[in-house]
Amino acid sequence: MTLSVGTDAVRQSLASFRKEREADWKAFETLLARVEKRAPRALSEDELLSLPLLYRSALSSLSVARATSLDNALIAYLESLCLRGYFYLYGARRTMRARIGDFFLRDWPGAIRDLWREVWTSVGLTVIGAIAGYWLVATDKRWYDAIIPPSLAGGRNPDSSAEMLRSVLYGGDHHFLSGFAALLFTHNTQVSILAFALGFAFAVPSVLIILMNGCMLGAIFQIYAAKGLGFELGGWLSIHGTTELFAIAIAGAAGMRIGTRIAFPGELTRMAAAAQAGRVAATAMVGVTIMLLFAGLLEGIGRQTIISDIARYSIGGGMLAFWICYFYLLRMVRHGES
Amino acid sequence: MAKAKPAKARDPAALIRPLVTPEGVDLRVKLADAGTRASGFLLDVVIIVIAAVVVSLVIIFGLAGLGLQDAQPLFIVWIIFIFFLRNVYFIAFEAGRRAATPGKRMVGIRVASRSGAGLTIDQVIARNLMREIEVFLPLSILAARGSAGFADTLSTVFGLVWALLFSLFPLFNRDRLRIGDLLAGTWVVEAPKVALVEDLSQRKDPFAARFQFSAAQLDAYGIAELQKLEEVLRRDDYHALKAVTETIARKINARVEPIDSKAFLTAYYGELRAHLERKLLLGNRKADKYAR
Repeated sequence: MTLSVGTDAVRQSLASFRKEREADWKAFETLLARVEKRAPRALSEDELLSLPLLYRSALSSLSVARATSLDNALIAYLESLCLRGYFYLYGARRTMRARIGDFFLRDWPGAIRDLWREVWTSVGLTVIGAIAGYWLVATDKRWYDAIIPPSLAGGRNPDSSAEMLRSVLYGGDHHFLSGFAALLFTHNTQVSILAFALGFAFAVPSVLIILMNGCMLGAIFQIYAAKGLGFELGGWLSIHGTTELFAIAIAGAAGMRIGTRIAFPGELTRMAAAAQAGRVAATAMVGVTIMLLFAGLLEGIGRQTIISDIARYSIGGGMLAFWICYFYLLRMVRHGES
Repeated sequence: MAKAKPAKARDPAALIRPLVTPEGVDLRVKLADAGTRASGFLLDVVIIVIAAVVVSLVIIFGLAGLGLQDAQPLFIVWIIFIFFLRNVYFIAFEAGRRAATPGKRMVGIRVASRSGAGLTIDQVIARNLMREIEVFLPLSILAARGSAGFADTLSTVFGLVWALLFSLFPLFNRDRLRIGDLLAGTWVVEAPKVALVEDLSQRKDPFAARFQFSAAQLDAYGIAELQKLEEVLRRDDYHALKAVTETIARKINARVEPIDSKAFLTAYYGELRAHLERKLLLGNRKADKYAR
């Protein structure tokens, strides 16, 4: 029977294909399982060198199997094996330490420089908001309660006495305020995440959040300035506030970048433009969280222990100068790249 | 790309996307469906909540041990920890080598870059920060209002609608993207670990040799039916085997005792596959029984 001769030959050759390649697949699978769990350092040099060879062999097996075999289970196995190999070999190209180093030396300042227009718009909006808040509370002090939520006001309001306001600035009530600082840290981080994340709605919410933040600043400033404590409040705020307000401004800028890129994608498609802006903005946002952590530390430790106004101003100014130098003056060039 | 043909959720082929490796092989990734992703996310939430509760208990007992005057630093650590747990958990795991949180790993899915290039850490950060407004923001506002005792109907409804709108967003686009995926340029694909199983056509059944098939009998079916038959044989369910045997026997005019179902199907599978593979080698991919 010619039929059975032909089919038997096909069956034989496919069986020997699998028998011959199976050892390679298994070896690739065990190596992959090991490198997915532990660092590539766990492999010997030979194993490391064999990884791409085994990967290509699995890919070629997949091509052969798709073209000649009708064994669905075999093809599914090879597809999943090749996909795992592809993600591993073409996925993580840098070690965690290199990534972290790159982030601090290049990515973070680079992202902030890339966002410079949005950052200074955002700083401008904070200033405008602060002026508006100051003016509103100055004209009618009922605005104060509307602008500042009672949970953040900490008992301060336009009717507080000068002594009470001063005691908040210089008081050593460490017990209450350090918990308060942590609360503020999470509050500020959430404000910044909001300013960033809501940016996709054409940047409008980000602008509003930044303006509102400025308003709160202006409102607080007004009640202190009205009692002649403006300079002292400036010191109290600036020790951590320069870092913190800068961070919130950057978060708003990141949100604005996403919103404006979605609204005006230029030559890219809207999706691609959004994805591109999203990555720069996300890098900036991690930086924002780090800045807020710094601000929280300064607030928790520095504010209640350093009482002198001059020291407060110089720490706050120093931090601001540090951030500006770091973002705009530090330019690392990696070898082989322009 | 496939704009002409709207994707149907029920059709599994609608979730397959081309992924051509630099070696020129199309790996055809399958996007994870909404149900799988939801269960992965719920598993993650459970893990986070358990971790938070355990740490809180340790801290409470730590407080009792230390006495209350030292409570303040621990309280700060606790607030920051809970905040970081939520935000860092997803980022750290997805930036890792397997690009999946434990929950995702359990259901066999992972994050990948839509461009096919390696997933970068800023993409992971972007997609996870967006989760903050998609899920946690409305829920935390609701929780805060509820605990303060002024959760009125309007704000509750607003919060729930907001959360629903964002969590159902993946159902309304072709690639099953969350807002975060959209911004980060990522998608979530299936990456199951598949074990290599035996080749059914190499199975030695002592009774299979009894069955011989003519060319006409083997021409009755195509590749689609062959793969269904493979599924049935691997499932090895007696009633399914019997039903399939009856159908095939009727179609190809063979007489089979019910007791011989498995042997018959094994024999027919082996012969049919060899027959179709031979055709394949000669350049004829017979897709199903209607093809010639």
